[in-house]
Amino acid sequence: MGQDAESLHGRTLCGLRDGLARREFSSVDLTEALLERISGVGAPLNAFITVTAELALQQARAADRLLASGKAGALTGLPIVHKDLFCTRGVLTTCGSRILDNFVSPYDATVVERLAAAGAVMLGKTNMDEFAMGSSNETSYFGPVRNPWNAALSPGGSSGGSAAAVAARLVPAATGTDTGGSIRQPAALTGTTGIKPTYGRVSRYGMVAFASSLDQAGVITRCAEDAALLLGVMAGFDPRDSTSAEAPVPDYLAGLGKPVKGLRIGIVRQHFDAGLDPAVAGPVRDALAVLEAQGATTVEVDLPNLDLSVPTYYVVAPAEASSNLSRFDGVRYGHRADNPKDLLDLYCRTRGEGFGAEVKRRIMTGTYVLSAGYYDAYYLKAQKVRQLISRDFASAFEQVDVIAGPTAPTPAFALGDKTDDPIQMYLNDIYTIGANLAGLPGMSIPCGFAGGLPVGLHLVGAHFGESTLLNCAQQYQALTDWHRAAPEGYA
Amino acid sequence: MKAGWEAVIGLEIHAQLATTSKIFSGASTAYGAEPNTQACLVDLGYPGVLPVLNGEVVRMACLFGLAVNATIARRSVFARKNYFYPDLPKGYQISQYELPIVARGELTIHGDDGTDKRIGITRAHLEEDAGKSIHEGLDRYSGIDLNRAGTPLLEIVSEPDLRSAREAVAYMRKIHSIVRYLGISDGNMQEGSFRCDANVSVRPAGQREFGTRAELKNLNSFRFVEKAINYEIERQIELIEDGGAVVQETRLYDADRDETRSMRSKEEANDYRYFPDPDLLPVEIDAAYVESLRAGLPELPDAKCARFVTGYGIKQADAEILTLSRALADYYEAVVGATEAEPQLAANWVIGDLSAALNRDALDITGSRVSARELAGLLDRIADQTISGKIAKDVFDAMWAGEGDADAVIEARGLRQITDSSAIDAIVDRVIAAHPSQVADYRGGKDKLIGFFVGQVMKETGGKANPAQVNDALRRKLAGD
Repeated sequence: MGQDAESLHGRTLCGLRDGLARREFSSVDLTEALLERISGVGAPLNAFITVTAELALQQARAADRLLASGKAGALTGLPIVHKDLFCTRGVLTTCGSRILDNFVSPYDATVVERLAAAGAVMLGKTNMDEFAMGSSNETSYFGPVRNPWNAALSPGGSSGGSAAAVAARLVPAATGTDTGGSIRQPAALTGTTGIKPTYGRVSRYGMVAFASSLDQAGVITRCAEDAALLLGVMAGFDPRDSTSAEAPVPDYLAGLGKPVKGLRIGIVRQHFDAGLDPAVAGPVRDALAVLEAQGATTVEVDLPNLDLSVPTYYVVAPAEASSNLSRFDGVRYGHRADNPKDLLDLYCRTRGEGFGAEVKRRIMTGTYVLSAGYYDAYYLKAQKVRQLISRDFASAFEQVDVIAGPTAPTPAFALGDKTDDPIQMYLNDIYTIGANLAGLPGMSIPCGFAGGLPVGLHLVGAHFGESTLLNCAQQYQALTDWHRAAPEGYA
Repeated sequence: MKAGWEAVIGLEIHAQLATTSKIFSGASTAYGAEPNTQACLVDLGYPGVLPVLNGEVVRMACLFGLAVNATIARRSVFARKNYFYPDLPKGYQISQYELPIVARGELTIHGDDGTDKRIGITRAHLEEDAGKSIHEGLDRYSGIDLNRAGTPLLEIVSEPDLRSAREAVAYMRKIHSIVRYLGISDGNMQEGSFRCDANVSVRPAGQREFGTRAELKNLNSFRFVEKAINYEIERQIELIEDGGAVVQETRLYDADRDETRSMRSKEEANDYRYFPDPDLLPVEIDAAYVESLRAGLPELPDAKCARFVTGYGIKQADAEILTLSRALADYYEAVVGATEAEPQLAANWVIGDLSAALNRDALDITGSRVSARELAGLLDRIADQTISGKIAKDVFDAMWAGEGDADAVIEARGLRQITDSSAIDAIVDRVIAAHPSQVADYRGGKDKLIGFFVGQVMKETGGKANPAQVNDALRRKLAGD
């Protein structure tokens, strides 16, 4: 563990931005260095589904011209990768699924478009659990991603490729999506910084839907400052997404650097009960102590319906998914079964061949809970519980500014460990799902190690409280080095 | 209908809303383009795309609600209706289910017993249309045209208040007239902009419980609605009388064979798994918005019809025909406003000769070759006795053929009516002198011969003599004056 402050890949996004501005190196230099890393030391991680080397160099050359002419934007020349759930024009967009293994998107997602417009250089598309359904990256049609901290372990999921790529210093930053913890849990398991903003903060247009009322785009970076930089570019109203918020976007970077003195931190008792690995509890408690030492206060808050969040989620999310994934029928794009004998055969074989086991499980669960006669008992009931969970959070945020706890119950687990037990897999998101159900912003930052593996501190904020989360994270990172630790072999 | 039986019918009418772009995307709704040229990524159901509601459809649905005295929902919700079909790109149709935008309306038709009958409108909701499958000319494949996918529809659901095919058609015509008055649908049935499904059941007269119903799909003309319902009523009665039972099913009307055929039974019916669409926010409508629409509501067919009867003193039946479409009513009012002739005469001409000419040339009133002002000019010449009603028909035909306005035609063809009594007397004298035997017969009691003499005078004058004056002069002179 250590880092080479002089190497390009060792720098943060903000550090690279400053280096580019000072002309210490060019965007092409940077891009070439990282592409080499991706295809070299990074290759065994299987973090990428597509590497867009040629396109990246083209964008880097254009960025260098802009930098030279003094017309640089917020991200000009800075490398970034996108989770393969974001549509990218002219580039394969698979969602980690066989059913889209040949799908080249004709358009850019709003997130992709905004980052590109600010000058970011896209290096490729990252591996992920199929349609973001999974917590270990093992459901990907393109094979699991390996955790840079230990190649036998999972990096978490579903944004596992993004998290692994950032942790291994293949890229300084990656986009991700988070429906139940898919940014925060892999960030925790790989020692990276991940933020899922408030539902509606970032446009979902062009982000292939898993569960529309829960999905939210965010980023995985090496530090809070980098997350603030990217989020500021990505966030904001999009007329193409009716659920995107019209609220103005604060200057997240300018909001950093404020002392946490007086910050009220809520602690949820259930977050520290029997389900939590004691090796994880230690670093989390230590992190809280660091913040308290700076004048933050901790208050115990009650979220009485929290234990219902996993079952609620596993009704709502599959229900929406079962409908969202109906469009993958082999008629217009994507995988199509050979020689169908009739329409039903086309549907059955296309979808049977195209989707993996976990996706099928969720489509079936979702179809069941929406069926006539079961709708009230499952879907409607789950929506009511969801309201209760939202209310619990709302009343908690009357007393506190953030709620803090562990991001995941354990550190990274072995590939194959939980694949036969979906319930154990689902419980990995037990601490993160609540924020999705309530539409709240959540963040995971590295706060120590358990048995040599990174542990994440989870911060949840009130609606549109991203600035508070980012500042709290940045203040913590100013006092600690956990986020600077690099996995062996990737420094 | 066979005695002892009663039919119970409810209609679900799909009116395509006359927006320029689709309900959830910016693609054009224009009809007749090359397949798949008017479908954007949203209509094609591409991965990652999202629907955005076209505000115009909300305005149109509200107008309809106001026109049928319905409740406009303060909050309505779009839901997904899930089923697989190749012309349904997303695998679900965005519709409204539990919370429609319009509910509990009503309108009045002439019932079978001749009295006014109130027909309840359960609800009207917004939804997107699907695409179209093409089965001809593609060898072993079916083609999909998604131009129509995402076209906005207002589905108008009636209560089961209709008791015959005739009532169903009267109701459908009324809805057709209302949506066109409001300008929210062109109502073009050939292009599928206005079509309906009919739920039909029968029961012994006097029974309160409904019988088992069949749903007749996709009836796209008034005539087919009538024929299909009549066929279905007979089919069900016969079935029951033969000891069978009606099964709940969807049936398709085959116009060529004039029969309905089973499409799928209830057991095969889809479970649509409706749930609120998380991609769209609920539609919130405030009272001020509704009031602003109410203030701009045009005069509707019933009100206009009543005004025509009381204001112009024309026959009820004529007023109903004239107010079927707003354009026809406007034309009629333009004629009445520009002529000295009686409004009833104007009504006779618009409903009679003008409509016949339009039909003959397959024209809409807006494409009439004789303008309202020109027709008024013709009626003026009838009113001031320049020409007779009979001659006027020839003048009208000439006007239709483009020979100019009434005065020009009358002048050019010398059709001015002869009203000079001395001239008429002279012709009458000549006719009497030329037909001594008929004169003798007439005077002998054959009164009917008056017609013969009138005919002779008209022949002499080319029909231009004033008929009343001719009659007068003949009777006077034949009587021996």
